[in-house]
This record gives sequence, C-alpha cells and structure tokens, in this order.
Amino acid sequence: MTGLPLPPSHAAGWRAHPRLLLATGAIAWIGLYRLLAPASESLVGLFPIDRASHVGTSLQFFLYDAPKVLLLLTGIVFLMGIINSYFTPERTRALLAGRREGVANVLAASLGVVTPFCSCSAVPLFLGFVQAGVPLGVTFSFLIAAPMVNEIALTLLFGLFGWRIALLYLSLGLGVAIIAGGVLGRMRLEKYLETWVRNMPRGVAAYDAQHVSFVDRMASGAQAVREIVGKVWPYVIVGIAVGALIHGFVPQDYLASVMGKEAWWSVPLAVLIGVPLYSNAAGVIPVVQALLAKGAALGTVLAFMMSVIALSLPELVILRKVLTPRLIAAFVGVVSAGILLVGYVFNAVL
Amino acid sequence: MKKVQVLGSGCANCKRTAQLIQMVADARGVPITLEKVEDFQQIASFGVMYTPGVVIDGAVVHAGGVPSNEKIESWFAQ
Repeated sequence: MTGLPLPPSHAAGWRAHPRLLLATGAIAWIGLYRLLAPASESLVGLFPIDRASHVGTSLQFFLYDAPKVLLLLTGIVFLMGIINSYFTPERTRALLAGRREGVANVLAASLGVVTPFCSCSAVPLFLGFVQAGVPLGVTFSFLIAAPMVNEIALTLLFGLFGWRIALLYLSLGLGVAIIAGGVLGRMRLEKYLETWVRNMPRGVAAYDAQHVSFVDRMASGAQAVREIVGKVWPYVIVGIAVGALIHGFVPQDYLASVMGKEAWWSVPLAVLIGVPLYSNAAGVIPVVQALLAKGAALGTVLAFMMSVIALSLPELVILRKVLTPRLIAAFVGVVSAGILLVGYVFNAVL
Repeated sequence: MKKVQVLGSGCANCKRTAQLIQMVADARGVPITLEKVEDFQQIASFGVMYTPGVVIDGAVVHAGGVPSNEKIESWFAQ
C-alpha cells in the first residue's frame, strides 16, 4: 500500500493545514450524505419498473442504503482511526495493570471499544496483559468487548436501525463483557492457562508516551479507512443486497412464528447458529435488519448478532494456543449465557 | 547484513509486511536475512502485543499494522 501519489507540493500543503482539510472534508461529507435520498429516488426512477413493486422496493433499498452505509463507515472509521491512535495497546495495558477486579472490568470493557484490535492480535495481546499482571477476568472483559463492540457494528446499527438500537447494542455489549469477565474472574481459572503461559516471566507495564502530531493521527485515520473500509465493503454490498431482497420479496410478518417473541426456543437457536458462523458485522447486520422488519423479535435478532460477532471459531482456534480446552469452554459458556440473557430480557421487555 | 524478523501469526498483514520489507531492502541494495516469527511464545518475549511487529537486529522497531513505505525506508537508510 503506497497511499495516494500526491505531488510533493500538494502533500506539503495538507500537512501544513490539517484542520482546514478536516473541515473541508467534513463539509463535503455532509453534502454527499444529504444528497443520498433524492439521488437514490431519481436513480430508481430511471429504471422502467414500478417503484411500489417488489423489485422497485428492493432496488430503492439497495441504492439508498449501500452508499449511505459506506459513507457512514468511511467517516466513522476515519474518526475512530484518530481516536485509536490515542489508545495504543501498551497504554491500555498500563492503565489496567495492577488494578483490582470490579471497576477494572468496566474500564477494560470500555477500553476494548477504543483500543485498536484485530482478532489475529488477540493472543499477543492476551499474553501481554497476563505478563503485566492484569487479572484474568479483566483481560477477558477486554477480549469480549473489543471484537463485539466495534465501530463497524455500531456504524451499521446506526445507519440501518437508528441511534437508539446502536446505543442499546453498545451498552448491552459492554454489559455482557463486564459481567462475563467478572464471572470468569471469580471462577479462578488461572490454573487452566497453558503451562508455558503461567510460567512466563512477569514484567512491569511501563509505558513511555511518544509525542504524535495531529497530522500523523489524521494519517492513521486515513490508513484505517484504506484498511478497514477496503476490506469490508464487499460484505456491506452483499449484506445489503440480501437484505434488500428480503425486504422486497419476503411477506410481512412471515418470520413472526419462527423468530418472534412467542417462540421461546428461538433465542438459544439463534445463539447456537451464530457462534460457529463467521462473518463480520458488516455482512450480518443488513440481513438482520431485514429479518427484524419481517417480524423477527428484537431480542432474538440482537442475540444472533452478538454471537456471530463476539464468538467465532477461528478466534477460538487461535486462543487454544494459550488456553486449555476447559478455559475455552468456560469462556464460550459464560459469554453465550450473557448473550442468551440479553435476548430473553429484550423479548420480555419490548 | 541486517537481521530482520517479522512477528505475526501468519495473517495477511504479516505477509504483506514481510514482502514490503524485502522489496525496499532489495531496491536499496541492503543485504538482509528475513525471518517470520509465528510462535506466540517468541512474539511475547519481544513484548509485542499488536501484530505485525518488526524486529531489526534484536530491537523492536514497529508494532501494529503494516508499516508505511517511509517508515521501512528509514530502517535501511545508511
């Protein structure tokens, strides 16, 4: 990845005025966002089909939502890239090291949201935390929150469901991470770490802050957009296309009997299907939104979404290198129980 | 001869990092030995928590994400 081949003068120009560039970008972004709804309607108008027909409904949904979500994603991933640059894993570890469980679980789950995380780094991060003396339960709170409550999931929820559901997901995700981490910490599972992990030399979590300029932080925001949006856009397109088809062609309330509130078994089933399923938030949320519109219950749908995003087979296979099967079982069991609880509580309350 | 180690579990970013380093070193005519470290115990021993990490002659010079071209160039500047 070489970045944009800007001529030197141009590059020097934006480095000198990062805030000006940021403001211009923000204005252009808002302008584009406002254009989306009218643009998609007139685009559908160009096709020789009835706007109210199945095809018309699907097409309008796709042409509006796909660019909207991609635009939102670009903006939010950029901002998160800047925020992430303030929360390096080393700094987070130093904040958590030597703390007692309880408040530390809350802190760990919250830091999980803002610290950059990719599932391929889960093990080195886990080892780094253990080495610095971060309690196991606190480490788990971080490891549960980091993949589950991420900017991609929140952006898609905001774009397709609105801010209420996005906020709900954020607080419930944090809740599951805090409580599951707390429970796992109480279970005294340290002896079920792999032997070599237990015997690792313990070090102090020193953190020396380096000065990073705002220009560099903006550059890491831009890099996050290239890396993350560059990777997830096909999932967004496919997810929204499937969602659009469901919207247009599946009859209203078709799913109420299978995924509705009355079907008590739908929540565990959703979790059971969701855990081994490996997709990212970008692919699964548009489909889930369409299911919801066709009569599925919100609790069931939230439980499905959380289990797909939080627990995945590839991540468990990687974690197996540092955790014994018993500890993995405890981890999956406690997190699934938390997600089940979320599902049932929602179906009961709403 | 510089000894370069790329730390990471074999994910796409780690492979890309190793490729980029080899390319830059070749372009500059700097002789290097490139080794991929995929063992978690060894990665942890360097204190790297966010992969891919890059170690040159025993010192960690980078951790987290694919390093930029300019950053790689700076490692091989004479």
